[in-house]
This record gives sequence, structure tokens and C-alpha cells, in this order.
Amino acid sequence: MVNISNFTLTKLIEGIKKKNFTSQEVTQSFISSSEKSKKLNTYITKCFEKAISAAKNFDKKKNYKGLLAGIPLAVKDLFCTKNVKTTAGSKILHNFVPTYESTVTNKLWSEGAFLLGKLNCDEFAMGSSNETSFFGNVTNPFGDKLVPGGSSGGSASALAADLTPATIGTDTGGSIRQPASFTGTVGLKPTYGRCSRWGIVAFASSLDQAGPMTKNVQDCALLLQAMSGYDPKDSTSINTKVDNYISKLTDKVKGLKIGIPKEYRVEDMPNEIDNLWKEGIDYLKDAGAVIKNISLPHTKYALPAYYIVAPAEASSNLARYDGVKYGHRSKGNNLFEMYENTRSEGFGDEVKRRILIGTYVLSSGYYDAYYLKAQKVRRLIKNDFDKAFDDVDAILTPSTPNAAFKIGDKKDDPVSMYLNDIFTVPVNLAGLPAISVPAGYDKKNLPLGLQFIGKAFDEQTILNLSLAIEKRANFKRKINVWWN
Amino acid sequence: MTEKKFDYYIKGKKEKWEVIIGLEIHAQILSKSKLFSSSSTQFGAEPNTQVSLVDSAFPGMLPVINQFCIEQSVKTALGLNAKINLNSVFDRKNYFYADLPQGYQISQYKNPIVGEGEVILDMPYGSKKIGIERLHLEQDAGKSIHDMSPDNTFVDLNRSGVALMEIVSKPDLRSPEEVNAYIKKLRSIMRYLGTCDGNMEEGSLRADVNVSVRKVGEKKFGTRCEIKNVNSIRFMQMAIEHEARRQVELLENNKQIDQETRLYDTKKNTTRSMRSKEDAHDYRYFPDPDLLPLSLKKSLIDRLKRELPELPDKKKERFIKEHNLSTYEANILVSEKEISDYYEEVIKGCDKKLASNWITGDLFALLNKKNISISKSPVSARNLSALIKMITSGKISGKIAKDVFEKMQDNNKDPQQIVDKENLIQQSDPKELEKIISGVLSKNQNKVTQYKSGKTKLFGYFVGEIMNVSKGKANPQLVNEILKTKLK
Amino acid sequence: MSIDKDTVKHIAKLARISLDEKKINSLSKDLTSIIEFIEQLNKLNTKKIVPLTSITNASLQSREDKVSDGKIRDQILKNSPEKNEEFFVVPKVIE
Repeated sequence: MVNISNFTLTKLIEGIKKKNFTSQEVTQSFISSSEKSKKLNTYITKCFEKAISAAKNFDKKKNYKGLLAGIPLAVKDLFCTKNVKTTAGSKILHNFVPTYESTVTNKLWSEGAFLLGKLNCDEFAMGSSNETSFFGNVTNPFGDKLVPGGSSGGSASALAADLTPATIGTDTGGSIRQPASFTGTVGLKPTYGRCSRWGIVAFASSLDQAGPMTKNVQDCALLLQAMSGYDPKDSTSINTKVDNYISKLTDKVKGLKIGIPKEYRVEDMPNEIDNLWKEGIDYLKDAGAVIKNISLPHTKYALPAYYIVAPAEASSNLARYDGVKYGHRSKGNNLFEMYENTRSEGFGDEVKRRILIGTYVLSSGYYDAYYLKAQKVRRLIKNDFDKAFDDVDAILTPSTPNAAFKIGDKKDDPVSMYLNDIFTVPVNLAGLPAISVPAGYDKKNLPLGLQFIGKAFDEQTILNLSLAIEKRANFKRKINVWWN
Repeated sequence: MTEKKFDYYIKGKKEKWEVIIGLEIHAQILSKSKLFSSSSTQFGAEPNTQVSLVDSAFPGMLPVINQFCIEQSVKTALGLNAKINLNSVFDRKNYFYADLPQGYQISQYKNPIVGEGEVILDMPYGSKKIGIERLHLEQDAGKSIHDMSPDNTFVDLNRSGVALMEIVSKPDLRSPEEVNAYIKKLRSIMRYLGTCDGNMEEGSLRADVNVSVRKVGEKKFGTRCEIKNVNSIRFMQMAIEHEARRQVELLENNKQIDQETRLYDTKKNTTRSMRSKEDAHDYRYFPDPDLLPLSLKKSLIDRLKRELPELPDKKKERFIKEHNLSTYEANILVSEKEISDYYEEVIKGCDKKLASNWITGDLFALLNKKNISISKSPVSARNLSALIKMITSGKISGKIAKDVFEKMQDNNKDPQQIVDKENLIQQSDPKELEKIISGVLSKNQNKVTQYKSGKTKLFGYFVGEIMNVSKGKANPQLVNEILKTKLK
Repeated sequence: MSIDKDTVKHIAKLARISLDEKKINSLSKDLTSIIEFIEQLNKLNTKKIVPLTSITNASLQSREDKVSDGKIRDQILKNSPEKNEEFFVVPKVIE
């Protein structure tokens, strides 16, 4: 039997349609590989019985209409799934079972897919290495003791290890793109407002976006199509037409102008990153694109601004976790004691750090100096991009300043962990779409990605550019299965 | 009407003190669903049955604003002659409490939907303008019930998320009477507009009072204290007086006033400090990132302006000018929308002055006796109108009308039917009256003689007898005329 | 700007998170380094810049005043750690 668990999403959908294999066979294949991969610790909740049942049902009815007909999908445990435990990687929600389904996952199920399981992630999406989860850290299939990136670490690891044909994550400061880069997979963060946030456990409301994580660019276009769309239940959801990303997908990018921002060439940047970037530029030139040097002058202020805005919003979004309505509740002699104990026991260290920073920067006397200042810097960063996009159609940068690092390497130094997001964070602050496409390897044979940043609602262009890179880079995920 | 002078001061040991009062009113909007969710707002439902996932702050839930609530705020702003801000922002007010499921309240901080406006009060000493500082939209909280269990508090989120308009006055009020007039006026305006029913007992209108004092003649404001959630106007007045006296006593003894929140104890008639100072709230306001800024179109404001009903001040002017009513009468008739509605229904079929007299006289006496509001009046406007019409047309006398009015109270009986059934039609046939009058006079010859020789008081005696004989139905004016003629 | 222990205690109180001495010490260190990191922003002159409060230029969409939610008490109370048939139950508040 061919190992169909390493097929792309597109190939699986075709195969089911053409009756080369059944949905049951596909589902069983992923269940088998998942069962053998416990060492990676990618799953928080497995839904294997329900998945087989859904697959059997699909094979009976054979409704091929949906974009994802007959496909089992595991998703980041930040999406509320009806009657299936949703933990956000946290102790405080370790027993929470939503009675409702998030808009984005609902869209996937209406396209014919069904839930395979809930994937591990950094607690409340706060982290860049999947080391802050209450359910233990996730390992990168590329190496024992390597982080997969975060916060969508479980998603990226499961995807690269062929435990799910594709998956969805969320990206607030790089949480889709950075793990994609670390695992040699494709990850896209859509324009802010493209996908609905309803039913997704909120981290930083003005930055969070759900997005596809896939094995290749074609799959990414397909999954993005299935996920996107206006939702009146989300006041920040934007009512613009969803392009047909699949049918318009092409690697014909001749004449497109690509900006290379000089400020992304940071001090001490490893040669390999710089070389990869140059390779990317060459690929694009080969494809007929025009390369332009641009300046995004406020780039270096993006990360500090992000670490004011995101924790501030998070400190408020996480106030609802008080033990009253759902989740973990600790004992207390009175209400306030109950709150303090619940939140102290229920939240991990990184979450506590961010809540405290967030509370501090909003507090009396500090609001102007920090939060207001950060919102002004955010304006400057957005203006930089707007100006650049007068001249270019997309921007090319590395996805991450380094490849996957060792588990435990950065645990004691929060700021050093934050520096992982240096290339991804400006994009969230400006609300633009961006994609990480795997493009090469570093000296240690660890994958590296290149990032395209696009104009608002122009996911098509960055998908096309990624396809052009994918075809020329000919990147192959070289993974030796060490975990089963 | 006597022209009084304003005279509310606190008499201190040495001098007079002025009381400076500002009011923060929370008015529940009369919408069917909540401000940011689609649960019902009806009063009195079973606990936690008017609660959605959004109201109870489940993970991933998001707010969506109710268009009707926006419009009600704009209408209220128009009723207060207030500035409408076409662009406004919703902010989160962060604090922890059991009845605040999100851990924050969605409110408006620096950019409210409505800016400065005013309310005009009619006081015995003249008209007084009270400035409005601002009006903003915010969510109501749920209810914490502390007395159902010794160790626990029970939480009902039905009220959580209901739309409130917070109306902040400028510190222009100077006495408990002015506070009474202000609340009543504000309430009246909102009831006219249909934006809030102003029911303090049910909690759809709540007020927090800010009180400070200063020596008469001083320009600077003193330190103020906030008195929270006093739920009736009467208690509010008592609380203000008590608090003002407390502050004067402190200041006259050279002590400082701590700026703090105090609770009013209705039994002891005192205020006490609510929380220790170290627990002062730091609300950490910031714009709610789940909502975009609110942008109002001028066309919406224009439409709402056009659709605005006539407000009490304008109505009062019209009653005085066009209906020839006195200021006093007009004030009473516009004081409540139900009363002016009733009056305007009555005058559709009869004389305005008489209508005003009957409503403010006989009808109000009846309502006061039964302790009911005009909306529960046992006599409908239509029937009262018919009754008054019969007086004007001479069909019945004013005196008979009072009897008929009594009888109408039983199940809102039709006055026409009562009059016909009991044969109460006024006797206005001069020939018939002549007969009756001649009869009475001939029976009382000596009294007639006495009258003609100067005892003019006997006129009333004759009228009384005539009324007796005619069983009250004789037309009084005609009786007067004919009797006068006969006695010449 | 350093975040001393008293400040940590104060913000932990605002955030309703209890901390022991050890935690307070380590957080004081962590938060100080984070604040020092974000204070890089002070190098920028932003006096004339309008803060960005929403990414999109769209304005707030509204909904009709219709009752289409609620009456789901069982669902609402289902996940609560302590409840009775009608209410959420919490330890008493001290006023």
C-alpha cells in the first residue's frame, strides 16, 4: 500500500474523487501515523473514532461537492470545536468543552472535511517554540530535541511528520509563519479581517488571524479558499469578495515588482539566511520579476511595539478566565482569593509575564508612555508599508533569523525568545497578508523559509510568488523518521 | 404664583455653604435585544435565561453592536440639545467582579457618542439651565445575589450586556429640589422619546450623585464624594443633604475631605465609605480591539431629527400660546407623556380649557385617591371628552357632569348612556323652567317679599329649591336669567 | 525603568494573580528586561502621529434589534465548576 499520508492535500482530494482510495483509507493512514508519533507530542486531543465514523459516512454518501470532500484534518487547539475539548494549551481550560463551533472550522466541515484531532500549541498562543504548553512541549520532526517553532508548533510538527494532510493555525506575531519555516512547510497569515475570529480563543484581538498550514503552495491556496469569508458575528471581519485562489494560482509572475527592504538585513544575521534571501531574489529574477530596493525605516521598532500592544490586549482578553463560568477553578475563602488562586494556578509563566506587562502598560500613568506610543509606532510601520506598496507589488524577506533551535535554549531569556519574531511581527502590526515558503537548508540541514508580504487582500500575488519560488527552489522535506 | 428666591444652603457654625451636585445617570435603553448581543432585555425573566455565549464571555465570543441602541442615543441627544459626535470609540473598562463575565465592561471613555447639551428646569424661582457634560453608551452588568446563601454569591447574567446610556451632568445642581426636578425632566424627555422608561423601581434608571460643598461666594469647587446607586429620588435627596452636612462639619473643624465613594444607608440615613483607599480601581481604559470606531452618517441624524416627537418644552409652549392655558396648567399637562397624550386625545372632541380643568382637577383627584397613574385611569380620554362636550353643548350641567363622572368610573361607562339611562339631560326649555320657577316662587311667597325688600341672599335659596324640584337638571344659567327676571 | 517588587505586587493585584516571594523576584527581573526592551520606542519622536486604533478603514457594522439568542441556560451553565440549576455559584464577595 502506497503511503498516502505523505500525499499533498490536493492529491488526496483528487484520489478520493477518482476512487483511487476511500476516505476511510485516508483517515486510517493518518490515524496510524499519528498513533506511532506520540513522541512528537503534537496532539492534545485525538478524535480518531469520530473521524473513522465520519469517513465511513462519507464513503457511504459520496458527496464530492465540497472543496475538502472526505478529508480528515487536525487543527490547532485554539479553535473551539463543538463537543470536543478545547484547551488553548492551558491548564485553565484543560477541561473546557465548547458547545459551539468556530466559524473557520465550521467552514472546513461544510466543505466536506472532518475533525481528526486538536493539536498542541503554546499556551494561549503565546510563544515561539511550543515550550509553554501545559500539555508539554512539541518536538520538531527534523530532530530530536529541536523546537518546531510556535505558537502553532503542534500544527507544524504534525504537518511535517505526515500526521495530518494539512492543518490550520493562528498567527498573531508570526505563529504560523515561523513554525512553517522551522519545519519546511508552507504557512500563510491572511490579511487582518479576511478570516473570521469568531470562536477562536482570543490572544491579541487586533493582531490574531487564522490561516492555512500546508505541505505546498497549491494546498495553501485551496485551504485559504475554504477558510476565508466575511462573518457578521465578527465586527472586525471585512466584507470583501473572496478570490478564487485556486483557479487564479499561477507561477507566471513576470513583471511583478518585488521590494527588498534594507532594514531586514539585521546586524549579526547568519550568512545562510542572507544567502537564502539572495537565492530567492535570483529565483524571482529568473521568473521575470523586477527587484527593487526599498526602505521600511521603522522596522526595528516593530518588535518593541508588538510587545506592548499584544500583551495589553491579551491582559484584557484573558480576564474572562476567572474560574466562574468554565475551566479550572481553585479554592478561595472569598471571591478575590478564588480569582487570584485560579489564575495563578491556571496560567503558565509566559502567560503570566505577558498579562503583567500588558496590565502595566495600560495602567494609570503609563498608558501614554507605552500603549499610546506603541499605537503611534504602529501607524508609522503601516505607513512604511503603504508607501512601499506604491512602488512594489510584494516584499521578500527571510521568514526567521535562524533555523529551529534546541529545546530549552531560550527558556530563561524571554527577550531572546521574542527576537525570533523579528521578521514576522511588522506584518501583523500592519494587518497585511504574508506567507512563509520553504526555500533551503542551513548548515545543520535544518529548513529555512522565505517570506512574502503582500498588499491588503492580495493573497493571490503572494501565493503566486511562492509557487514561483517553490518550483525553482525544489525544496524537499528530508525527514528521517526517528520517533516511532 | 409667588416669585421665590433660591434659598437652599447649609447653615454652618459661622457661614452659609453652597451645595454643588452633579449626577451620573444610567438609563437602560428600551431595545428588545442587548447592546452587543441578541439576547432579550425583558425585565423579570428566570435567572440566566436571557444570556448568550457572548453575554457570558465564552472563549472566542465577539460583540456586534445593536443599531437601534445607537439611534436611541442620538434621539436622546437631540432631546437634550446636545452635540452628536459623528465619530466615537468604544473602550474597555477593565475590572474584576462576579457579575462582569468578561472582566471588562465595554463603554466609551475619551470619545463618547454625545457631547455637551442642556436640560431646562422650571423651578419656583424661575427657569434654570443644567448643563449636560456628555452621554455615552455602555453595557450593564449582571446581578450578584449575596443573600441567598451564607457562604456563596449567586450570579445571574440576564442583565449583563443590556444597553445603558450614561448621562453625566455638569456640577450645576444646587439643591435636592433641583435634583428632583432634573431627574424628572430627564426621565420625561426620555419617555417622550421612547428611549428609556425611567423606572427607578425596576432599575431601568439609576443614579450616582457627586456632592461637594463650598462657602457662599467661593469660586473654587471643593473635594467631592460620590454616592452610589441610591435607588429612589427621595433617598437621593436625603443622602445629598446628609452628605453635604457631613462635609460642612468636617471642613468647619478644619479637617480634610477624602475623595471617595460612599454608600447611603437608608435605615440610618447616613453615608459610609465604600472601600478602603488602596483598592481604588485602575480601569486601564483602551479602545476595544474587537470593535471598529463608530461612524455616524449625517443622513441618519437628519432622519432621526425629522422623526422626533414633540418634546415637553415645545409642547408646553404650544399649549400656552395656542390653547391659552396657563404656565401652571401647561407644566402639569406636559410633565408626563401619558398625561399630554391623554389631554391631546381628550381635546380632539371638546374645549381645551375645560379639558385641562377636568384633567388636572377631577381626574387627578380620582387617580391620587386610587394611587394609580393616568395610564391606568378608569375613565378613558374618549369618554371624558364626550362628557365635557355634553357640558359645553348644554346637554347637562356642570354639577350633573360631576355625578356622571363618578358613575363613569365603574368600568369606563359611556357618559352618553349614563345620561340617557338616568334621564339626566339638563332641562333647558325656558317654558318648562318657567313652570318650575313659578311653582317654587308661588310656594314661597313670603320669602319672595323678603327678597324684594332687600334679603338678596335668598336668591341662592330659590335656586336650591328649583334644583331640588328639577332633580338638579335645571340649566343653571337659564334658571339665573329667568329667576332674575321674575324677581324684578 | 525597572519594575521593582512593589510594582510587581501592585500589577499582580490588578490582574488578580497571586504570587509568592520567589515568583515576585523572578518576575521583577523578567519584567524589567522586557520593559527595557520596549523602551527602545522612546527613541522615536511621535508627537504629531495619530495612533492606529483600527487596521482597516471600515467603520463599525451594526445589527438589527431582534431577539435571536438566549434561552440556553443549560449550555451556559454546563461548563461552570460550581453551579445550581439557575445560577453560577461563587465564593462570597467581601464588600
